[in-house]
Amino acid sequence: MCLAVPARIIELRPDSMALVDIQGTQREVSLMVLDGDAAVGEYVLIHVGYAIEKIDEEEAARTLALFDELALHDESFGAPTPGDEA
Amino acid sequence: MSVLAAFRDSERAAPILERIRARNTGPVSLMEFCGGHTVAIFRSGIRSVMPGNVRMLSGPGCPVCVTSNADLDRAAALAKMPNVLLATYGDMLKVPGSKESLAEVKAQGYPVHIVYSTLDALRLAQEHPDKQVVFFAIGFETTAPAAAAAVLQARAQGLSNFSICSVMKLTIPGARALLDMGEVRVHGVIGPGHVSSIIGADAWRFLPEQYGLPVAISGFEPLDLLAAVDALLEMIEGGKPGLSNGYTRIVKAEGNRKAWGAVNAVFERGTATWRGFGEIPESGLLLREEYAAFDADRRFQPEVAASSEHPACRCGEVLRGVVEPPDCEVYGTVCTPDHPLGPCMVSSEGSCAAYFHFHQGAARPH
Amino acid sequence: MKHSHILLAHGSGGSMMHELIREVFLPAFDNPYLRRGNDQAVFDPPAGRIAFTTDSYVVQPLFFPGACIGDLAVHGTINDLAVGGAMPLGLSVGMIIEEGLEVDTLRRVVNAMRDAALTAGVPLVTGDTKVVERGSCDKLFINTSGVGVIRDGVNIDGASARPGDVVLLSGAIGAHGVAVLSERKGMHFATPVRSDSRPLHRLVAAMLDVSTQVHVMRDPTRGGVGTTLNEIAAQSAVGIEIDEAALPISAEVQGACDLLGLDPLFLANEGALLAIVPEQHAAAMLAAMRGREEGREACMIGRVTDSYPGIVRMRTGIGGTRVIPMLTGEVLPRIC
Repeated sequence: MCLAVPARIIELRPDSMALVDIQGTQREVSLMVLDGDAAVGEYVLIHVGYAIEKIDEEEAARTLALFDELALHDESFGAPTPGDEA
Repeated sequence: MSVLAAFRDSERAAPILERIRARNTGPVSLMEFCGGHTVAIFRSGIRSVMPGNVRMLSGPGCPVCVTSNADLDRAAALAKMPNVLLATYGDMLKVPGSKESLAEVKAQGYPVHIVYSTLDALRLAQEHPDKQVVFFAIGFETTAPAAAAAVLQARAQGLSNFSICSVMKLTIPGARALLDMGEVRVHGVIGPGHVSSIIGADAWRFLPEQYGLPVAISGFEPLDLLAAVDALLEMIEGGKPGLSNGYTRIVKAEGNRKAWGAVNAVFERGTATWRGFGEIPESGLLLREEYAAFDADRRFQPEVAASSEHPACRCGEVLRGVVEPPDCEVYGTVCTPDHPLGPCMVSSEGSCAAYFHFHQGAARPH
Repeated sequence: MKHSHILLAHGSGGSMMHELIREVFLPAFDNPYLRRGNDQAVFDPPAGRIAFTTDSYVVQPLFFPGACIGDLAVHGTINDLAVGGAMPLGLSVGMIIEEGLEVDTLRRVVNAMRDAALTAGVPLVTGDTKVVERGSCDKLFINTSGVGVIRDGVNIDGASARPGDVVLLSGAIGAHGVAVLSERKGMHFATPVRSDSRPLHRLVAAMLDVSTQVHVMRDPTRGGVGTTLNEIAAQSAVGIEIDEAALPISAEVQGACDLLGLDPLFLANEGALLAIVPEQHAAAMLAAMRGREEGREACMIGRVTDSYPGIVRMRTGIGGTRVIPMLTGEVLPRIC
């Protein structure tokens, strides 16, 4: 039930609806509960027909970079782990 | 989106696994509270590569599984009422109630419609003005905004033939109840990624602050889960429980205020009955008085005979992490996905179903 | 045809049935056997062991991207012969038509069967037609049976897999299941996923030219690769280990599966085969398979072992292991 898929916005439609592309298939979803504006070309997370969050590509890249950095600094456990706010 | 695909990159997994194996924590149990994590953990084969001291437990994160038989019976009763068309997510269809599942009710000829979205349920109401469409709303915080949006849209459109039967629940009260019961020793929590996208990462600060438990919010790809396990082990090893958010590409500290605002505008918290836990106060989402017109229970007042659980079903204990599915006497013999005694074996995110599908016959990891 | 829809009288044996045969079936399936107009097709006994198979096709909907029920009916039965190491000689066709089916729809299916049979070089040599009352069947059910001759030296059997053998897969999986399900759900892809329905008898012949020592061969139709491997593991009492990274799955199929919550390992395939062969023949056999269009993406996906007999295990992307179970609780009805 937590099944949520990334989708790319193809077209904005009236009444907070949008046409999105989910890995090659197109569906109409609602943007009614999405926080903030969405533009064509942006990626959102879709859950049961609603866009619930925008996917932050920069954050995604940052997280990956941290993984890669960890691979290099394998020995030093003092290095920060992703998103640690302890 | 190629950057997302990178989270399935198996080459990045090796260094994280090495870090996990090098940790010095002694035996630890890490619990997740999300059905999606239950499945992702099994599908990725993570358990099979964990070092012997790390035990992975499943908490009550499957909304289908924690729905009580009484609630299921109520949905069946609604479906059988004259002129009612019951709309439900497909996940609920095969779950056995006291007497029958919604699939069996449907087979008897009653109108039970599977919908992928509340948008479909609204459409059904628009297309069948002579019928009363009742949407059976299950789910946790990830799914609640869809139900809230449906009620708001129904009101805006003046739909008089749409109502919902809400059995939606809140993850955190469930987690607290489990921890407070003290039946299971948990050393760290893998935080649900999509629930957190709605309620915010900060909602989980109570775990380190009030329970001394580290929490790592995780996405659903193998790399996300490995990173979360590593983050938890680091905090356990260092004796510094805290909040780690590894899913920042989706989860913000404050969550989705708009979605959560809609949920709180339409619903209020009330007592809910959880399978395996009984009544937990302030853990269920009930329609506010203002939206009473859309409350199926008030509109139809379905009559349900006393509900009962199958005497051999141990779903409740499985949901509390007290029993692992293969330890249940009926697991895999009397109780199988084709003939389930309870929801854990038939829900796509149920623990028993996950064990059955992914571990059948193989040596048990712990 | 005088009527635009099939009526009960079209199946009653009288003049209307003859009109149907004459105007729809015969022009499509014309060959020396059918031209004789007899109740049976007569053959001289071929040299070699005979393989005989039957299958019924009840797929809903009748038409989907890449193929229709007619293609499946021809290819499916050819393939059941082919995976036994048999060269198909001919097929029978039995049709059960629901009263009210549009004649144009029937023609489309029949013509698809004609094209499939011609391309495959396998004639439809005998047939039967029945029409049933509205509601007694869902538009159109087709049964095809097939006869073929097995090459000398070939002994393919589900119980013949041996530890040390390798598991070969002839091409990408999941496409047929996605094609039918997406059509059924009214899902529209930018690039529609097409059913992989195709005949495999020439691919098999090319493989047997390399070596007749193929231990097991099967086409993973209903239940997919996952179910088929489990059946073989049980029959042969061996363990099978496959590598997730080696599975050929197109991005479109994977995307559709993510969306629909499906596992490509359990989706039906109508144009792929699994072969379990001794390791020493694997490289040559793969080369032969890749030399044909049907086997362009052929690859080795795993091995047969003596650990965990009867169980199929998969090495996951992160190096973990998980069990591939028998398909349970997820019934995908009327997929072929």
